[in-house]
Amino acid sequence: MSNRGSVLALCAVGCIVFLAIGGPFLNPNRVDALDWSHVAMSPGLNGGHWFGTDRLGRDLFVRTLQGTGVSLLIGLFATAVTLLIGIGYGAVAGFIGGRTDHLMMRGVEILSGLPLIFFVILVSVIFGRSVFLLFVSIGAVGWLTMARIVRGQTLSIRQREFIEAAIATGAGTRRIIARHIVPNVIGPVIVYATLTVPQIILLESFLSFLGLGVQEPRVSLGTLIADGVGDMESAPWLLIMPGGFLALLLLCFNIVGDGLRDALDAQRR
Amino acid sequence: MIRYLLKRIAGAVPTLFIIITLTFFLVRAAPGGPFDQEQSLPPEIVANLQAAYGLDQPAWIQYRRYLTALLHGDFGPSYKYKDFTVTGLIAQGLPLSLTLGGVAMALALALGIPAGVFAALHHDSAAGYATMSLAVVGIAVPSFVVLPFLGLIFGIDLHWLPVAGWEPGSVKHLVLPVITLTLPPLAYIARLTRGGMLEVMQSHFVRTAFAKGLPTRTVIWRHALRPALLPVAGYLAPAVATIMTGSLVVESIAGLPGVGRYLVQGALNRDYTLVMGMVIVYSALLISAGLLVDLLYAWLDPRVRLAH
Repeated sequence: MSNRGSVLALCAVGCIVFLAIGGPFLNPNRVDALDWSHVAMSPGLNGGHWFGTDRLGRDLFVRTLQGTGVSLLIGLFATAVTLLIGIGYGAVAGFIGGRTDHLMMRGVEILSGLPLIFFVILVSVIFGRSVFLLFVSIGAVGWLTMARIVRGQTLSIRQREFIEAAIATGAGTRRIIARHIVPNVIGPVIVYATLTVPQIILLESFLSFLGLGVQEPRVSLGTLIADGVGDMESAPWLLIMPGGFLALLLLCFNIVGDGLRDALDAQRR
Repeated sequence: MIRYLLKRIAGAVPTLFIIITLTFFLVRAAPGGPFDQEQSLPPEIVANLQAAYGLDQPAWIQYRRYLTALLHGDFGPSYKYKDFTVTGLIAQGLPLSLTLGGVAMALALALGIPAGVFAALHHDSAAGYATMSLAVVGIAVPSFVVLPFLGLIFGIDLHWLPVAGWEPGSVKHLVLPVITLTLPPLAYIARLTRGGMLEVMQSHFVRTAFAKGLPTRTVIWRHALRPALLPVAGYLAPAVATIMTGSLVVESIAGLPGVGRYLVQGALNRDYTLVMGMVIVYSALLISAGLLVDLLYAWLDPRVRLAH
């Protein structure tokens, strides 16, 4: 809510990102190394397995961080996909206006009426097992709201004098959209993008949890949680550690996004 | 009013048609078929099976047949659950899934709206902040983390409730799944109600109501609440979608025999008709939710005219 909370959350996101990149080097254990002398060991400082190990003796600390890294990567890349499609589509619809705009936004409306999550599930079941496809199908779902936001912004920017001036100097549509519209819609877009990242991480881990997303030997927080649920009676840490990490990550991203949105709203008022 | 309804229902038909067509060709484009098994069957038997289900025909003939059967209300036989029709399978699981989802939705509304009103009225106090911080947690933490954590605490540690499993008619088994499904929409509804309420409290008619000397309680519940709920009404269709997706994992974690597992299992098994049936049922539910939202809008805000 408050700025202090958002800043704190931002720091936490930073720490998690840092851990996800650098963490695996802090610990001597490898992601896929099997430590048969410490199978299903509970978390502790001795033995070097800080988060404990799973039933195959793999170190949970390294695996959790690796999973966080994969989740973050997919979150960022898929958000980039939604940004590319959403900005392009929204800016074109908003700037050209008229019948084109009407048709394009009608398309967005129809698409958002479809149960897209089921299509993502179907696509990943049917053609899945590839992280690249995961980016594309998740990104293809996420761009709708982005396009709406960009179009709304474009509509108001279009009326401003500098666009008129650009038209008067003879700039083409493509140039105006790329040089004058897009840089000016970036603010709200960035805010919405910070809220898109956790949504996409959630979707990715949801798919991975169902066994449809990231596949072994790669790990994602979703697959780790799915494994943890299976063993939660005998080895609850297998669930608590990755589950807690995912919850914390999503929470912090949401708080940062909300804080940014509030800050931007206050400016506009 | 009735004309509007009919128009909207007619408008939903093309959407449903697009969904059916897309899904039909999408599942058939997948590698593999419904009769692939670990031990592969002799090719003659596979050919016989395919002929029996009409799968040896060209795709567009299958498509036409499927649509014709669908118009007669027939979802076809399941390819994987032998001797079951898709209608039968869905009819078996749907009541439980609908109960879960319906109770979750009702709880989310019944608790979320008062929570949002409370947070709006105390928006500058610690209690208001605390409510909204809880809401962020509810929105952010996914159901497949919440349910196992609840299971750990209330099932394994405290032994109050079963972690998973199902006995017909048992309420105990439904408590944790329902709580899990309720949390995200509850949090969203609280947040939207708060936002709507804060805005409405600034408006002229609320000031007038206060100026007339009405008690705060009357102003809030009789005057301010209805317009403040507009954003909540808009959220209801996405909420239905949220609960549906949630039920996919919740039912599988809690081991409840609803329809949630059929979509993923059906797609994995290439059980074409089952996947189609599930997508159609879910889409129809979503579209109806959208229709309900439009009607609600008109009731909440007289300025929204249905005729258009």
